[in-house]
Amino acid sequence: MSTATLTLTHPQIQRSPRHTATIYLKEAKYEFLKNLRLRMYTASVLSFPLMFYVLFGLVLNSKQAIGGTSVPMYLIATYGTFGVMGASLFGTAAGLASDRGLGWLQVKRASPMPPFAYFAAKVVTSMIFSAVIVVALFVLGFTLGGVRMPVADFAKLLGTLVAGSLPFSAMGLAVGYFAGPNSAPPTINLIYLPMSFCSGLWVPFMFLPSVVRQIALVLPPYHLSQLALGIVGAGRHESNATHWEVLLAFTMICLGVARIGFQRDQEKMYG
Amino acid sequence: MIATLEQPQRTDYSNADVIVASLEAVNKNYGNVRALRGVDFRVRAGELVALLGPNGAGKTTAVKLLLGLMQPNSGRARVFGGDPTNPENRRRTGAMLQVGRVPETLRVCEHIDLFSSYYEKPMSAAEVLAAVGLEKLRDRKFGDLSGGQRQRVLFALAICGDPDLLFLDEPTVGLDVEARRMVWDEIRKMIARGKTVLLTTHYLQEADALADRVAVIHQGEIIAEGTPSEIKAKTAGKRIRCVSSLGIDVLRQIPGVTEVKEDREAVEIHAVEAESVVRELLARDAHLCGLEITSAGLEEAFLALTHDTARNGNPTSRSIRSEEMQ
Repeated sequence: MSTATLTLTHPQIQRSPRHTATIYLKEAKYEFLKNLRLRMYTASVLSFPLMFYVLFGLVLNSKQAIGGTSVPMYLIATYGTFGVMGASLFGTAAGLASDRGLGWLQVKRASPMPPFAYFAAKVVTSMIFSAVIVVALFVLGFTLGGVRMPVADFAKLLGTLVAGSLPFSAMGLAVGYFAGPNSAPPTINLIYLPMSFCSGLWVPFMFLPSVVRQIALVLPPYHLSQLALGIVGAGRHESNATHWEVLLAFTMICLGVARIGFQRDQEKMYG
Repeated sequence: MIATLEQPQRTDYSNADVIVASLEAVNKNYGNVRALRGVDFRVRAGELVALLGPNGAGKTTAVKLLLGLMQPNSGRARVFGGDPTNPENRRRTGAMLQVGRVPETLRVCEHIDLFSSYYEKPMSAAEVLAAVGLEKLRDRKFGDLSGGQRQRVLFALAICGDPDLLFLDEPTVGLDVEARRMVWDEIRKMIARGKTVLLTTHYLQEADALADRVAVIHQGEIIAEGTPSEIKAKTAGKRIRCVSSLGIDVLRQIPGVTEVKEDREAVEIHAVEAESVVRELLARDAHLCGLEITSAGLEEAFLALTHDTARNGNPTSRSIRSEEMQ
């Protein structure tokens, strides 16, 4: 991870592994609590995918099926991707842009906090919220939509979607380094909502116009949703390796952009 | 352009020779703005130094350089004899900076718990809360605190690691009298325990109440340095402006007058106290007019000091001699 290598350029501090672990844990714990109590975050990030799921998956189309997979099952994969994407983008970008722009990051940097702990806390928090969303979707589907799947498949689905939080956290870091404290949330929406639509997260992929379907092939949420749909038996039978590769490449590009932003910030301060 | 009123040898601090923080011939520019110009500045162990100056003088820039949040364009900043960005040095340092937004959904005790965890031997949460008087608000979310309470939380984060060196950038801005006293008491306690403190302020009163040594900074330059009483002597007193037929030499003879300057058609007289001088002026000059008396506030003092440094490069030799140089 480029952020990790960047921190290594600083002289390292002598700390017991236990102390270091404590710092990382506390940083993550308070990042999680901070976001959990932020109504704007939980309302938009948790309730939107769940509300959409209840409406389109349980109330309206619950008896239908898409290519042999029941709609409630299918939509766990796509709204799961949608939820993971939102939790990760907002979880990293909004906080980072605000901390950077309004001086809090300077207070942290002046302290002996290990710099990487700050980023790790944001990524871990995004993953936890991602997991919560996927589990909540499944519980709704299981209790109200008759969704049944082997435990191993659910574990695989959960693992895939939570791992899929990483590319979007990386993207959030990139956005957070270039957006201002007030412009970060609208910027995220501008990326997140069109991307979700074009990747077939709202309207199942086969019902999208063909132009949009062409665009989808280069969008990371499309590849994550295809991995998830593959697990519930509704994938388009493309190679999973390709999907992972695209997500990995996207992650690396975003970290590269975030690194440019990080260095730009350093130079601004070090100017 | 640096004037030292107090020679280093004369300071009576036990380990006065140990310099824990210094700016050495530092220049720092923001684009075309020269925030600091050739600043030489030292903080010795156990000292409480106030960096006194108006807004925009370069105080915050000086602190950020010493915290390693910025690098100078030339010269260098040192902390504990090393690079301020060295994490080992950061662990011995606490800082209170001016912040636009602090995460508002975390509670007071949670903020303190997190920052304490960064340090090797932090104070206990109870000690920190007692020190800043926030025991009753420990479970309050930061966003629900008043401005003064927020300042106290930031102060708590600066001291929670029990650092050897404390940087406080405008620590009492927005505090009411009681809270200000409390912060002052805590700063004094840090010094009593052998810690070193650098604080910035634009209140002369604050520098006077706390500091062993005051450095006055104006437009990026340190224009005077000395004990609070030395600085106060320069900034105290009244300014009397009037149009008088009395000659400058006569005016200088009036008891209590410290300085006389010609200012267009009028004269500007600096005096320890205005009443006796004005009485004397009116007695001697029946045609005296345009009388104005203002107190020589800090802003005035800055003007006087900059004026003098610009003229003869040495504020100590101000007063009467500055007139003779013309």
